[in-house]
Amino acid sequence: MSVTLREKAQVLDETALDRALTRIAHEIVEQAGGVENIALVGIKTRGVTLAKRIAAKIATIEDQKPSVGALDITLYRDDLGLKAEQPVVRGTEIPFPIKGRTVVLVDDVLFTGRTIRAAMDALMDLGRPRVIRLAVLVDRGHRELPIRPDYIGKNLPTSRRETVAVMLREHDGVDRVVIQEPSE
Amino acid sequence: MAWKRKDLLSMQGLAAAEIRAVLDTAESMKEIATREIKKVPTLRGKTVVNLFYEASTRTRTSFEIAGKWLSADVINFSASGSSADKGESFLDTAKNIEAMSPDVVVVRHKASGAPALLAKNLRCAVVNAGDGAHEHPTQALLDLLTIQEKKGHLEGLNVTIVGDVMHSRVARSDIHGMKTMGMTVTVAGPPTLIPPACQELGVKVSHRLDEAIAHADVIMMLRLQHERMQAGLIPSVREYSRVWGLGLDKLEQCRPDVLIMHPGPVNRGVELSPEVADGPYSVILDQVTNGVAVRMAVLYLLAGSKAA
Repeated sequence: MSVTLREKAQVLDETALDRALTRIAHEIVEQAGGVENIALVGIKTRGVTLAKRIAAKIATIEDQKPSVGALDITLYRDDLGLKAEQPVVRGTEIPFPIKGRTVVLVDDVLFTGRTIRAAMDALMDLGRPRVIRLAVLVDRGHRELPIRPDYIGKNLPTSRRETVAVMLREHDGVDRVVIQEPSE
Repeated sequence: MAWKRKDLLSMQGLAAAEIRAVLDTAESMKEIATREIKKVPTLRGKTVVNLFYEASTRTRTSFEIAGKWLSADVINFSASGSSADKGESFLDTAKNIEAMSPDVVVVRHKASGAPALLAKNLRCAVVNAGDGAHEHPTQALLDLLTIQEKKGHLEGLNVTIVGDVMHSRVARSDIHGMKTMGMTVTVAGPPTLIPPACQELGVKVSHRLDEAIAHADVIMMLRLQHERMQAGLIPSVREYSRVWGLGLDKLEQCRPDVLIMHPGPVNRGVELSPEVADGPYSVILDQVTNGVAVRMAVLYLLAGSKAA
């Protein structure tokens, strides 16, 4: 039943991926004008890893590390009950108040926008941030909701049948982004 | 995800991976209880019916809170003051409730097997919230969650269950769940309250409290129902308490990191002295807190899947 995917092209290598995150870190600091009020909230699982890396980069720029949290959006999905079995709930860990802060949501790939919609609902239940911004490593298009990222690592036009795989050292042993397509 | 069942009827027959799926989900649900606004939209538009034919405060309230925190509509149906009093049969009542399209029916009944009968006859998911002396699976799951949280793991732990094992659905569910998770279970109590076929479940039997609790990582004290004395199964409550009750003196013989558990409601001064029930080893209130998380997990796993 599962379709096998084959790699079509490499989009980012280790250096390019790192540069993209460095640029995002600078843009976040520049727009916010400081670190005190920033909280980075990664969407599980790879968004959390990216949020930690961006936070580390901000710390080298500004000598101060922003708060980092992890958000699980499972309980806020709009497709529950449409699948044969329930997705795994992984738990949210945001051990600081988000009220009045600039929250930057971090995810690996922006696609339909439904994950971000769910993430915003989840955040609102935890408090009222002053502003929510969105940072993604790859924007692959095909939005189904009016959602637009503020910080983008790489704009990547794709077809719907393709898959964008973000591989990170912490999970996959390697830093790279590739486009895959079903191999018939 | 390892959960594929339509119903939760018993711990017997659940695989370790299924128990693990519930515990992992419950652990994630605990975070919601720490929020200022304790509500997530997960089960919006789903209906949970609590169908209780036996008195219960803790379990019914726990299911009700669990459903409400997940945004389900929760309806409580208790047998007294209902059509059951007018002579409607159990299945007729259930069929009528099903005609109102619930997604989950949580049932407690004095007859063992009542939830299984419902599960066979209803299309919606059925949760056993205690049936006769058979099983009470969500209690066993919350016990496992509490032990795992306090001890960090389950496998290899020694658990001693003390008291009226014979009539206890909690003991039965605990034994099945704990054995599946690789724990060693000892039951202890007066011979009249220990079922003769107990060893077939793979548990050790002890008729001496001191020997049963000496090496236990966890001691589960069961409630002594007052009607057991009328049935002549114990000589007197005072004697039962002296021989089988857990007080500070007996606690001294236990491991220094022992956990004291009780499914509630506690008979203070009978199976547990107040000093022990409220003491530092007691995790009785953690069990209640974890009960909500476990029931949220069960409702999530059952109500959201397409089978429901």
